[in-house]
Amino acid sequence: MNASIEKQRHLIDFTLASLARRKTKNLGLLLVYTLLVFVLASVSLYTHALRQEAARVLERSPEIILQRMVAGRHDLIPPGYLERIGRIRGVQTIEGRLWGYYYDPVVKANYTFMAPAAEAVRPGTLTVGPAVARSRGLAPGNTISFRAYSGKLFAFTVAGVLPHASELVSADLVLMGEADFRAFFDYPAGHHTDIALSVANPLEVRTVAAKLAAALPDSRPILREEVLRTYASVFDWREGIVLALLSAAIFAFAILAWEKASGLSAEEKREIGILKAIGWETGDVIKMKLWEGGLVSLTAFLAGFVAAYLQVFRLGAPLFEPVLKGWAVLYPRFELVPAIDGLQVATLFFFTVFPYMAAVLVPIWRTAITDPDSAMRS
Amino acid sequence: MNDLPPIPLPAEGVDTGSPPAGGSMPLDGPALGRPGGGAMIELKAIRKAFNQGRPNEFWALNGIDLTIEAKKVTAFQGPSGSGKTTLLTIVGCLARPTSGRVRLAEDDISGLPERFLTGIRRSTFGFVFQQFNLVKGLSALENVMLPAFPTGRPHRELRSHAESLLDRLKLAHRREARVEWLSGGEQQRVAIARALVNDPQVLIADEPTANLDTALSREFMGILESLNAEGRTVILTSHDPLVVESAAVHRVVSMRDGQLVEN
Ligand SMILES: Nc1ncnc2c1ncn2[C@@H]1O[C@H](COP(=O)(O)OP(=O)(O)O)[C@@H](O)[C@H]1O
Ligand SMILES: [Mg+2]
Repeated sequence: MNASIEKQRHLIDFTLASLARRKTKNLGLLLVYTLLVFVLASVSLYTHALRQEAARVLERSPEIILQRMVAGRHDLIPPGYLERIGRIRGVQTIEGRLWGYYYDPVVKANYTFMAPAAEAVRPGTLTVGPAVARSRGLAPGNTISFRAYSGKLFAFTVAGVLPHASELVSADLVLMGEADFRAFFDYPAGHHTDIALSVANPLEVRTVAAKLAAALPDSRPILREEVLRTYASVFDWREGIVLALLSAAIFAFAILAWEKASGLSAEEKREIGILKAIGWETGDVIKMKLWEGGLVSLTAFLAGFVAAYLQVFRLGAPLFEPVLKGWAVLYPRFELVPAIDGLQVATLFFFTVFPYMAAVLVPIWRTAITDPDSAMRS
Repeated sequence: MNDLPPIPLPAEGVDTGSPPAGGSMPLDGPALGRPGGGAMIELKAIRKAFNQGRPNEFWALNGIDLTIEAKKVTAFQGPSGSGKTTLLTIVGCLARPTSGRVRLAEDDISGLPERFLTGIRRSTFGFVFQQFNLVKGLSALENVMLPAFPTGRPHRELRSHAESLLDRLKLAHRREARVEWLSGGEQQRVAIARALVNDPQVLIADEPTANLDTALSREFMGILESLNAEGRTVILTSHDPLVVESAAVHRVVSMRDGQLVEN
């Protein structure tokens, strides 16, 4: 085997033996380090996954949603409105939508009931979102009944469960036929919840919105790009709060790591003197220190990141839900679709591993000035 | 300066054709730590200051001219503070003299950069420190292997070599023990094995018997004799009569106040 590889192997052996010798100190450090990576990675994975979800939601949502306002509040679209809009240049489709919220007292969660215009759901059947299916233990073919706000009980057969692809969008969805929807909510015939318009050219969206406002003065157009901005700012704001809270922890870790890694104990200094006296070069000592820092920080990074991944995507992020996901209380529990952003991982790596390595390497100037003859004088 | 008194060659001395004892014989073979090269060490006008230029400036060595013969046992004696240890650090390339020149087997090594000195130190010298200076928490075997790590010697080979050294020093049964669990005599033998692992030509020992009782001191001198019989140069310091009056020691150099004194 190549001598320099063999040499690295020796150095790793020695490093591992050294780490084992100072077990409590190193285990404590590793634990704190792992915990820090875990927390930071959790925040980062969680917010990234939420953003992805939001992007997916908005991708499929129409460019403009028109709501009718009565006394400053959202009201139903009465019959005839669709016709009054008529033809506006640039608008591809106009569609009246039917949806509403239903509070399920059984699991104490809100569902979104919807009658999709595009795909017809057969009368008496439902297609449910994965979270609904989970919380109520539903599979295709099962029967479920909901008590409507009117007090009447409605029984449905589950025709299917929506795919997992984007749970934030579909988790709490319950799709039903239009007739069922109107019957269930006592929804007046010909009325709609809102109107969705799709506009192909993003540059025309604002012109279309202005024309809509002129044609229907009692209505409010909501633009997708505005929703997008609101989402983004909400996420950024929440992430900011968490990071601000965390910065104290990060700071504490930095001090701890700095002290543990860069403070050479008298014993370590003595050892470095011995190693140099018996023929180790300063470079060998540095390499050994690099291995030490590398092993500790990589272990902590991997362990912390994997734990964070499991926490966020397998356990539903129990630690951050209350802070990061404002609507968690309204929603049935949902699982985020795993999403990892390379840049984010790299950033996290840089901000955790790099400072530690630096802290490990700083005392090198001290090892360099530890004279080998000090070994003769101890 | 005392020119060398004639030294009786040990009858069983390994004869590799080295010339008889004398002042400055030419040395054959490549220099710098080749085994069998018979590296003689010459010191010329060595001075060493501590804290130079400061109020507490102190000259620990004050003009040392000396030739240390290859394959002989040379002992430095003298009162505490006379500069023995300081001289050993300079001979063993652990420190540089403030002025003067050190020649190892004809090569002037005084001006070499640290990296080269380290290389020479690793391959040419083995050290047995006064406090043994073993690395705590590691086993005897691991301690013995330490000086060979930078050489990149294959692990298996290195390990068996270290084991054979411990075996030879009658420590085979203790090789997995942590060094802090060993007795003083055992620790010293681990230190000797460690000093030998890179097969150095020169063994340097500072006050080797200071922490040993009479029996262990005798044992040490026996080990030393056998190492010298293999052709290794041995340089040590001591004020222990058991050492300086031992037949194993070929030459005793006395020091006082950083200078050599006539015997
Ligand atoms: N690093 C140092 N700094 C200052 N003075 C030193 C240092 N090392 C040794 N000395 C001084 O140099 C003198 C010689 O020391 P040393 O070589 O250890 O003597 P010996 O080994 O003969 O007892 C002593 O007076 C000692 O105090
Ligand atoms: Mg001394």
